[in-house]
Amino acid sequence: MFMNKLKKFGLIAGLSVLASPAMAEVPGETAFIFNTLLFLIMGAFVMWMAAGFAMLESGMVRSKNVATICVKNVALFSIAGILYYVVGYNLMYSGVDAGFIGEFSMWSPDDSAYLGETPDFGEGDTYAAGSDWFFQMVFVATAASIVSGTLAERIKLWPFLGFVALLTAIIYPIQGSWTWGGGWLSEMGFADFAGSTIVHSVGGWAALTGALILGARSGRYNSAGAPVAMPGSSMPLATLGTFILWLGWFGFNGGSQLALGSAENAIAISQIFINTNLAAAGGVVAAMMASQMVYKKVDLTLALNGAIGGLVSITAEPLAPTGGLAILIGAVGGLLIVFSVPVLDRLKIDDVVGAIPAHLVCGVWGTLAVVLSNGEASLVTQIIGIASVGAFVVVTSSIGWLVLKAVVGIRASEEEELLGLDKSELGIEAYPEFSRS
Amino acid sequence: MKLIIAIVKPFKLDAVREALTAAGVDGMTASEAKGFGRQKGQTEIYRGAEYEVNFLPKVRLEIVLDDDKVDAACEAIRSAANSEKIGDGKIFVLSVEEAIRIRTGETGAAAI
Repeated sequence: MFMNKLKKFGLIAGLSVLASPAMAEVPGETAFIFNTLLFLIMGAFVMWMAAGFAMLESGMVRSKNVATICVKNVALFSIAGILYYVVGYNLMYSGVDAGFIGEFSMWSPDDSAYLGETPDFGEGDTYAAGSDWFFQMVFVATAASIVSGTLAERIKLWPFLGFVALLTAIIYPIQGSWTWGGGWLSEMGFADFAGSTIVHSVGGWAALTGALILGARSGRYNSAGAPVAMPGSSMPLATLGTFILWLGWFGFNGGSQLALGSAENAIAISQIFINTNLAAAGGVVAAMMASQMVYKKVDLTLALNGAIGGLVSITAEPLAPTGGLAILIGAVGGLLIVFSVPVLDRLKIDDVVGAIPAHLVCGVWGTLAVVLSNGEASLVTQIIGIASVGAFVVVTSSIGWLVLKAVVGIRASEEEELLGLDKSELGIEAYPEFSRS
Repeated sequence: MKLIIAIVKPFKLDAVREALTAAGVDGMTASEAKGFGRQKGQTEIYRGAEYEVNFLPKVRLEIVLDDDKVDAACEAIRSAANSEKIGDGKIFVLSVEEAIRIRTGETGAAAI
């Protein structure tokens, strides 16, 4: 009896050593379902970031331009969704083969391997094709959202949407193919987990070229060149928008693990959530302290930008850092915000919501910070990735803006700007029952 | 009859109303106003850019009274609205030629 027990124990122990990797795996179809759920749920979280951008930008513009910024946000999300279906996805992911560009064709799902008599679910890394399309689509919409905030209050609606079409159908997918589509940058080993460069700096570069070509809002800089404050219409809305973005970011970074079919992936996603939250928190605290020291006041909008800056900074590598390093990476992002806002003002680059500091400056910083925790990443490769994506977006965006400027004009007239774009472009007001005191 | 126009700080409105009621004033009109005096507004800061807010929010009170109540009313306003800080406001007293109650057509002191 005793021997029997021992034998049995030994047998089980021996079996478990042999079988431990296999026993840890769930059936392929189960992994397929979990991976698909991850994409769909996390993607829905990222979709909600569109609401965050809409509220943040609504709060940061003056009340005479709030309805227009709402229209721009709902329109750009829709245009991005359609064009990523029609051309963007395949341009980014289909037949890139270590090259520079995918295929010009419409996306269509191919789930044939997972259906029929003998479905093949691979190594636990498969998912429904449509869930991947959905998850990638909400990322391109995020890149487009970044541009609208910078250029708010003086760009005309339809030319702006024309640029959004160019960005979401052509510019974003082509540079995205270089890394996430398996193109030349991924061959070099460029590391950008969830898109500090590929999503955020792309939006930031497009916003920067737009701001340079469009010019500042009328009266934003006085005759001496000093910035004139144009306080936003609603700090509570800007705060709500920032919290919505913060929430969405768990999907943005967490979903970018791309799999939830094993304990290893579940643990990784949990770590990503923690690091994402810590970086945002570090960004807020650092921005508040810097604002207090520099301006003797805590500026709420800089604290909100600090959250976004921390989030963008951790996006290129949200998994590998320890919690402490994540706080530090986010805190540096928060400091970069407070110090780059006045630099932009000195250059008379009018960024209404602070998207260039948050998404471009922190996007670059976050991509460089990958080397602090990811031993496989090289600083040189990271710089090559940042510079090549930046150069491509600056050149293509500039062409887009300049063509739009020459053909239809991109700027509202001074009279329209002073009246407010809500009245001049839409004929409605965001708050028609409020008197302007 | 006199018209008192008093410009006071908005957060002092309730204290002023109570003091005036205690001094026997039966009615008044209040409106939101903006302005500045020797104080010249204040400096605020937004995203690193300083800006002057010259027109500060104030409340403008209008009260029509019999001549014999004017001194008590002015004293009530002055004591209730006083925070001993710059920007506490002003009181103006003007003569009123006529007052008419719309509902009854009463005129003069009977109308106020």
